[in-house]
Amino acid sequence: MAEGEDPKETKQLGEGEKTQTGLVGRLREGGTALSKRAVEEAKTYKDPQQTQLWKSIFRVSHDRSDPRNRSLAILSNVFLHLHPAKINRDATRYNFTWGMGGITFYLFIVLTFTGVLLMFYYHPSKGQAFRDILYLEHDVPFGKLLRNMHRWAAHLMVITTWLHMFRVVLTGSYKKPREFNWSVGVVLLVLTLLLSFTGYLLPDDQLGFWAVTVGTNMARATPMFGHEGPFGPQLGMTPFNDVRFGLLGGSIVDANALLRSYIWHCIGIPLVASIFMAVHFWRIRKDGGISGPAPVMLESEMKAIKKT
Amino acid sequence: MWAAIAGSLITYFLMFVKFFLPRSILEPSSVFKIGFPSDYALGVDTKWQQQYRIWVDKTADRLFVIYARCTHLGCTPDWKASENKFKCPCHGSGYDNEGINFEGPAPRPMDRAHVELDAEGQIVVDTNRLFKWPKGERDEFEDKDRGAYIPL
Repeated sequence: MAEGEDPKETKQLGEGEKTQTGLVGRLREGGTALSKRAVEEAKTYKDPQQTQLWKSIFRVSHDRSDPRNRSLAILSNVFLHLHPAKINRDATRYNFTWGMGGITFYLFIVLTFTGVLLMFYYHPSKGQAFRDILYLEHDVPFGKLLRNMHRWAAHLMVITTWLHMFRVVLTGSYKKPREFNWSVGVVLLVLTLLLSFTGYLLPDDQLGFWAVTVGTNMARATPMFGHEGPFGPQLGMTPFNDVRFGLLGGSIVDANALLRSYIWHCIGIPLVASIFMAVHFWRIRKDGGISGPAPVMLESEMKAIKKT
Repeated sequence: MWAAIAGSLITYFLMFVKFFLPRSILEPSSVFKIGFPSDYALGVDTKWQQQYRIWVDKTADRLFVIYARCTHLGCTPDWKASENKFKCPCHGSGYDNEGINFEGPAPRPMDRAHVELDAEGQIVVDTNRLFKWPKGERDEFEDKDRGAYIPL
């Protein structure tokens, strides 16, 4: 002000300087903060378990020095512990559950995986279906292995489903409060058998063709909806509008039947079965976990009681 | 309100069911010509089995066409000339040389197809019009006037 400058100007200039230094300052600050953060981030990359990516996948940190924390790594793993982490001690005994439900589910996983791979080579048409099977058997690398894995897993899944059901009967696990889950299980059994049956036709060989001929001929005798069943003819059922026609997409086992069987086998039934499986597993937990025998005492506990 | 929702859901379901029942299908015709009665010798002729799923059966006084479908669960039996019988490979049903069941689970003789002679004298077969002889019921095989066989 001494030199008689316009106070307005100085003020303006001052403000101008301030904003300039402010912007640069902020930029500098931001830069240093960013580099600091980058350094910190870089540090975390030395330990990938500290990254957000890692933490978003694995919920619990695995501190290896803490045994309880180590066990959590096993217990919270979906593949190792599809069953809930905490269950009745006695229910873990294999001679009680046989692990049959779990084995059935794992077989379903195997079948889904091998089935999807088979779909890469298989065309569901009369001209090509059987040729594709031969191609898979003889020319596709590991095709024979893949096809046999699918076949044997399918047979096994039917067997383990029955054994699982047998076990549930033997241990009375269908009783209250598990009646509903038993019913869900019966639906899953039917879906498993249907998956097996629809898969039978797909190789389009003599075995499958006649099996499906026989199987769908049984549908002729369906009450009311089959043209040879009780009340069928009275309700206007003919070979061209009954339930068998709907299953085959025709009156004979032909191209339509192959395509329908393929779609039910690969999409329709697995989708429905997955939904029922989700409900089935969820209900196990809601109904009190895997059903076990009456609580059993460990020998160590008995000794403790005897001592007192 | 709920009735409307239920009504539309039922309608959708019926549409879904109807979707699986096509109006027309591309399947081989059930009506075809198989030549003249004089083309056939006495006994069972299997030459049309692969193409039309029929056997032509000629006896002393008549010619009829057996529809080659086992009456148990619908497989195609085999003609065993040496044993003079039809044998089903699926569950073992046996039929004599006129398609009459005598062993295995088959509930009735094999059905016979409608036959008639056209103006030319050729045999015309229709496998959609079948003659049956269920156990304890009327024998349709004798219905000459309806086309169960051609008298010779």
